[in-house]
Amino acid sequence: MNDAIASGRLMARLVDLKTIGYRLAAALAICLVLAAASDVFLTTNNLLNVLRQASLLFLLASGLTLVILTAGLDLSVGANIGMSACIAASVIKLTGSAMLGAATGVGVGLAIGLLNGVLVALMRMPPFIATYGMLWVVHGVTYWFMAGTTIYGFPAAFRALGSGYFLGLPIPVYLMFVFLALGSFFAQRTTYGQEIYAIGANREAARLSGVPIAKRLILVYAVSGAMAGLASLVFLARMNSAEGDIGEAFTLPAIAAALIGGTSLFGGVGTVSGTLVGALILTLVLNGMNLLTIDASWQPLVTGVIVLLAVFFDALTRKGGDGRQ
Amino acid sequence: MNSTPPLLELRDISKQFPGVKALDHVSFAVHSGEVHMLVGENGAGKSSLMKVLCGAYRADEGEFFHRGEKVEIRSPADARALGIAVIFQEFSLVPYLSIAQNIFLGREFPGRFPGTIDHARMHREAKQLLDQLGLDIPTRTLVHELGVAQQQMVEIAKALSQNARILVMDEPTAALSDRETERLFAMIRQLQSDGVAIVYISHRMAEVFAMGDRITVLRDGKKVASLLPGEATPDELVHLMVGRSVDRSYARNFCQSEGELILEVKDLSSVNGVKGINLTVRSGEIVGLSGLVGAGRSEVARAIFGADRVTGGEILLHARAHRGNPDKAVAAGIALVPESRKAEGLALIRSVCDNLMLPGLSLAFPSRIYHAARARQIAGALIDRLRISTPSSQRPVRLLSGGNQQKVVIGKWLGSGSRLFIIDEPTRGIDVGAKAEIFALIDQLVSQGAGVLMISSELSEIVQVCDRSYVMRDGRIAGHLSREQLSEENILKMGVHHE
Repeated sequence: MNDAIASGRLMARLVDLKTIGYRLAAALAICLVLAAASDVFLTTNNLLNVLRQASLLFLLASGLTLVILTAGLDLSVGANIGMSACIAASVIKLTGSAMLGAATGVGVGLAIGLLNGVLVALMRMPPFIATYGMLWVVHGVTYWFMAGTTIYGFPAAFRALGSGYFLGLPIPVYLMFVFLALGSFFAQRTTYGQEIYAIGANREAARLSGVPIAKRLILVYAVSGAMAGLASLVFLARMNSAEGDIGEAFTLPAIAAALIGGTSLFGGVGTVSGTLVGALILTLVLNGMNLLTIDASWQPLVTGVIVLLAVFFDALTRKGGDGRQ
Repeated sequence: MNSTPPLLELRDISKQFPGVKALDHVSFAVHSGEVHMLVGENGAGKSSLMKVLCGAYRADEGEFFHRGEKVEIRSPADARALGIAVIFQEFSLVPYLSIAQNIFLGREFPGRFPGTIDHARMHREAKQLLDQLGLDIPTRTLVHELGVAQQQMVEIAKALSQNARILVMDEPTAALSDRETERLFAMIRQLQSDGVAIVYISHRMAEVFAMGDRITVLRDGKKVASLLPGEATPDELVHLMVGRSVDRSYARNFCQSEGELILEVKDLSSVNGVKGINLTVRSGEIVGLSGLVGAGRSEVARAIFGADRVTGGEILLHARAHRGNPDKAVAAGIALVPESRKAEGLALIRSVCDNLMLPGLSLAFPSRIYHAARARQIAGALIDRLRISTPSSQRPVRLLSGGNQQKVVIGKWLGSGSRLFIIDEPTRGIDVGAKAEIFALIDQLVSQGAGVLMISSELSEIVQVCDRSYVMRDGRIAGHLSREQLSEENILKMGVHHE
């Protein structure tokens, strides 16, 4: 029996390697190609730039990954960034306190996430519809709040969050590793994480096994909202200005990062570390297109092709049937 | 009664599924203008025969004759071409289309321009059909506005519009009131006089004798009798339905002493049609909850477990009031092994280990920190104890056989501290060997002081395994049978309608 357990352990590692490993290999291959094609790619500046961009995408996509693991979706994360950033910006301007502004930004994000959670878990709305509606509501409120104005010029202490360095690495990259560790720990090493996977794999079976579905759903939507709030701060600090429509372009790339990273929209399958690799792949490819001076109008097409390839690849490796469609 | 060849005749039809012979050389004939009653226990083969008739299943062996001529029924289209139509218990109408649109769905009359529909003609012909059935409802009414009985009439109208000459009805009165039943019977008599042949599946003795021209009894996939209503009494018919010599292969030591009370349910009702349920389960006993399919057995289980909303009454666990969602029930020590293993019991894409650990997560890891190695250890011990055949605890549970999957669904409750096990259809779709193991496991649970409430459609299982049994009918407890009274015949007598 010990042999069986040992071989099971080995298999579990192999499965992990299969989902993450192939993707890391793909990311490396992209790096090799870019290093060969462009002199600029391997410069410290460019690599740090890639990491910084990937970290922002990852912060947003990591919370979203937890939502998708429950077979849910959060379409409001981009709008959430917009509102969190704008309100945080006004608080900083009003009070001059970067800390208070940051706390407000995360707080607004968390509040939007909680609202999503209530709509999905307690009012039993389909996640797509609840968060899609929330997207418009949050946009609308942000536009009304900003009334077309721009808030800019924040204290250096706050701007360091987006553009500062520590020991040669951008601050957001540290945030990325901290939340990679926290997210992975939460998903793999807590019973909450186990229950979240179970909800995504078969919600009714999880419910009839005593998993408190509503509480767990509210939790993941709240985390996704709070992560969007945090991402908004990083973005705001980097841009040093806030307008009503910032954040609009983030939702679909964040979903793409999760999908490229191997998270299944059907739920129950995926990892936070996979999403990190997904964010890296997406950022590397877009960075490479910039370096090779390929017109930016090709970016959506390329993103789409990568997402389709990743999902197609997953379908191939998971062949043999999930027992569901 | 007829010298002409029957409208439809089936000879020596057999249908095999893995591990079970659903139909074993069944012959069956129905004449024009005849109501042919088909009766039998759950699992006797009525549904299989019906599905062969309408082309949903293809028979492995046997021949079909239509007016004496050999024909083939290999697909639903073949059956339709022969004029066979089935009215299932679950209707197949589209709720937000009108009566006329439903009747002619997929066969709309083309209008003057390509791609258009001749609505006037559709409603005219629909009206004719409804008139023929004595139904006075505007054909533009949306189906979801109709009651069950009227929807059934629309189904029948739809069948007639396809020139159905053989109508198969599966328990058509199950959801009807007495008045609606009268209307349906009047309509059946009229169809009969128009020469339509009717195959009628029923559990209700009164209507079997009132409406049937001929009665065919199925048991274990075989035809055991075909007789005229005057040739048997209702009791004799029940005896024919049960008939088999009782197989004691799962014999156990029945509960001798009365254990402490674990569950007491008082006057319980739920949103799912359960009414006024009173029952008790004591430590050390297996209590059956039997009755026919649709009598409300699973609904009682779901109400006790909190999966369906309770609308009245009391649930006492160890003499303390209990009410709430499944998570509260699990915390209070109730385990539910649900009816549908795949839909409700298992996260199929997850591993055996993940599934086994799920209900007991907070007991195994009170700090909420999950240790994968510890989980594998616990799961490995359960796999050994239950003799689940799997190469590793990390194997996705979907790759296991049905019997092993069922062991996982029961096994996941062994680490959750449950004292009351509600087990719904423990042996559905699993082979004989695995059945014996499952019953040994259930026996082990009660010998360790748990109480078990067991639901089964296989009456023989209830009789062999249970210390006593409740019998349900129409969402209520129709009666209680002690160990001495427990027999398939007595369950059926309580469970069927005598009126």
